Amino acid sequence: MSKANDVISPDSAAPEHDDHHDHHDHIPKGITRWLFTTNHKDIGTLYLWFAFIMFLVGGAMAMVIRAELFQPGLQIVEPDFFNQMTTVHGLIMVFGAVMPAFTGLANWLVPMMIGAPDMALPRMNNWSFWILPFAFLILLSSLFMEGGGPNFGWTFYAPLSTTYSGDSTALFVFSVHIMGISSIMGAINVIVTIFNMRAPGMTWMKMPLFVWTWLITAFLLIAVMPVLAGAVTMVLTDKFFGTSFFDAAGGGDPVMFQHIFWFFGHPEVYIMILPAFGIISHIVPTFSRKPLFGYASMVYATASIALLSFIVWAHHMFTTGMPLFAEMFFMFATMLISVPTGVKVFNWVATMWRGALTFEVPMLFALAFIVLFTIGGLSGLMLAITPVDFQYHDTYFVVAHFHYVLVTGAIFSIMAAVYYWLPKWTGKMFDITLAKWHFWCSLISVNVLFFPMHFVGLAGMPRRIPDYSLQFADFNQWISLGGFAFGLSQLIFLALLIKACRKQGEPVSDQVWEGAHGLEWEIPSPAPYHTFETPPVVK
Amino acid sequence: MQQEYERYYVPAQSIWPIVGAVALFLIAVGAGNYVIEATKGEPGYGGYILLAGIVTLLVMLVGWFKNQIDESMSGLYSDQLGRSYRQGMSWFIFSEVMFFAAFFGALFYARAIAVPWLGGASNNAMTNEVLWPGFEAMWPLISTPGGTSTEAMGAWGLPTINTVILLVSSVTLHFAHVGLEENKRKQLSWMLGVTILLGLIFLVLQVEEYIHAYQELGLTLQSGVYGNTFFMLTGFHGMHVTLGTIILIVLFFRVLKGHFTPKDHFAFQAGAWYWHFVDVVWVMLYIFVYVL
Repeated sequence: MSKANDVISPDSAAPEHDDHHDHHDHIPKGITRWLFTTNHKDIGTLYLWFAFIMFLVGGAMAMVIRAELFQPGLQIVEPDFFNQMTTVHGLIMVFGAVMPAFTGLANWLVPMMIGAPDMALPRMNNWSFWILPFAFLILLSSLFMEGGGPNFGWTFYAPLSTTYSGDSTALFVFSVHIMGISSIMGAINVIVTIFNMRAPGMTWMKMPLFVWTWLITAFLLIAVMPVLAGAVTMVLTDKFFGTSFFDAAGGGDPVMFQHIFWFFGHPEVYIMILPAFGIISHIVPTFSRKPLFGYASMVYATASIALLSFIVWAHHMFTTGMPLFAEMFFMFATMLISVPTGVKVFNWVATMWRGALTFEVPMLFALAFIVLFTIGGLSGLMLAITPVDFQYHDTYFVVAHFHYVLVTGAIFSIMAAVYYWLPKWTGKMFDITLAKWHFWCSLISVNVLFFPMHFVGLAGMPRRIPDYSLQFADFNQWISLGGFAFGLSQLIFLALLIKACRKQGEPVSDQVWEGAHGLEWEIPSPAPYHTFETPPVVK
Repeated sequence: MQQEYERYYVPAQSIWPIVGAVALFLIAVGAGNYVIEATKGEPGYGGYILLAGIVTLLVMLVGWFKNQIDESMSGLYSDQLGRSYRQGMSWFIFSEVMFFAAFFGALFYARAIAVPWLGGASNNAMTNEVLWPGFEAMWPLISTPGGTSTEAMGAWGLPTINTVILLVSSVTLHFAHVGLEENKRKQLSWMLGVTILLGLIFLVLQVEEYIHAYQELGLTLQSGVYGNTFFMLTGFHGMHVTLGTIILIVLFFRVLKGHFTPKDHFAFQAGAWYWHFVDVVWVMLYIFVYVL
């Protein structure tokens, strides 16, 4: 590494003196390191810890929900508080856990994978993280307001969020605005980094799939988060300023809310799964000791899923009384998505075919992802069929579907990613025994938790209701027990992460995993504070 | 583009992002509480918190931009960083486009679907007959199903004058840019000054139009979905023109101080892009809100 090509020392004004600083990792100390940081690894760590804390907070709310639903009848909480729990659980898990976790992974990994010294816009990177805790502080504190927090479901349908909601709606709206600003800035940073900071020779079709999937995810984020901002703004004015976007008396339409919301909401669900596809496409080849099957088709499949995601939104609204041609259009468009998704699942399986497979912890999570995400995908295909959706709509079948794709899909992929790259970040192997306990406990309990929801849903149990009829009691007890067990299993993960952050464990090699390939496995473990100050040449 | 071995400027720790985060926090808490208190008519601290947030945000913007300008003027930046800024700005403008798209979507949906359905179109004859008897679909919706009446805003007169003003301002800004690139500083500062003046005239006329709407036409933010879309679209556009004008004024003072070179003038380019974007949004507004 030549001195002349090093990154300019940031804290001196005159560039000619810079070359003598910053060669060694001098890492800032204390709290200001985290408050003022411009380092992509620090910001990635902040995002990941924030996401994990939010995951536990949102999970605690799920425990309240499952405790209430353990038996029929009203047991523990008031119905209004139950509604607040379902609402805030959803908001936290979507905007506070899954999305920040993926952004954290992007921060850590994208620069290392493309051979860049940092993210393209490091100060904005800091800003986009630090506004996020404030947004959730506002959302969570609104639960303690007079009249309670938001209680209209994470989808905040009008008129629940306009005519029938409490004062805290105003705070909800502004906190969602901040989350949106954070996501947009994060996404701009990822796109610009990938467009502009790739090392020499890192051509488009050589980019690792995590980078590809995040590039497309970032595009989706910039395209739809502003639409969400528009939707919450209209809710705010409808509720507090006398507009009638969603009120028929003024010529508006509550169904219009759903159109605007789901125009955001459907691409949003791909925002939460495309990076997962990228992660699995890294892990499966490593532990199969084979290159990924069908790299180019993976890229094209990701792009087609993203494009299709803009023309399927109304499949969330089949029962709102849309004209028949609209129902048909959105049904067939939705079914089309299973083609590129099927290509991906096929490619992962084909990658494993005749590979030299080993089952380290990241691979266990990746395999669970492939099987369980596919279950979620298939129930999604069932929901796409308009006539039968009239039976499934707003039942626990829908809850089962999206928890299979989000918990065993998105969240399992995040855990797989953490186990896969954690040794690179800390330089130490994590506690494998604890990790295996975490995996098996999670795997079993998550299925006890979500699989019976299919049955009660098909039998007609409605979602978001704190009470249910007696015939659903047995299944609901199983579901609740599975839920508590899944919640407790995550404490194993917490213990493991604390151990890892205290740098306990065996030192690992630079490559960490025998079959791992890519720029991030060629730098030392733990990854130095600054990497690729001189761009590597990719051949 | 990857073949260059330039240094990429990775800035040191900065205090400004966290100041900005606190500012947004105060703005959100303040605005939320202010909205609640204002609708209830109760006194409270919301307005003060909001004000504190806005002041903090301004301090942050001044500090951050000053830092940025100093670094840029001392030559710390590279061409690659300039590309990052340009690309970042283009994606930011794309996000703004999508924000306006949400409100245009509401306008199109209300006009093409919601209002006709309330009037009995498609298979909604009974909706009209039972729920909103006597309501006839029309656009502009000057008489709502709930019975609010208003008058429509005409397209000729002020809106057309404003369209011409904004279109001309885009042209003058373009000539300012050409002046900058050809190092004709006089043309640059004159044309930029004229652009700012046109922007200010536009804003004054827009205020004039709002007064006309409220006092003479009875067209308010509350007069049904026509008034809603009219004021939300023109209002957000007006906010963007205000911001754009402020950006241009800052650029004007930087030009007078001798900043920007024919090759290196990202801030000017970003401001110009933003102004052209605001202009294009107005053309869409003029067509879909006023004329059609």
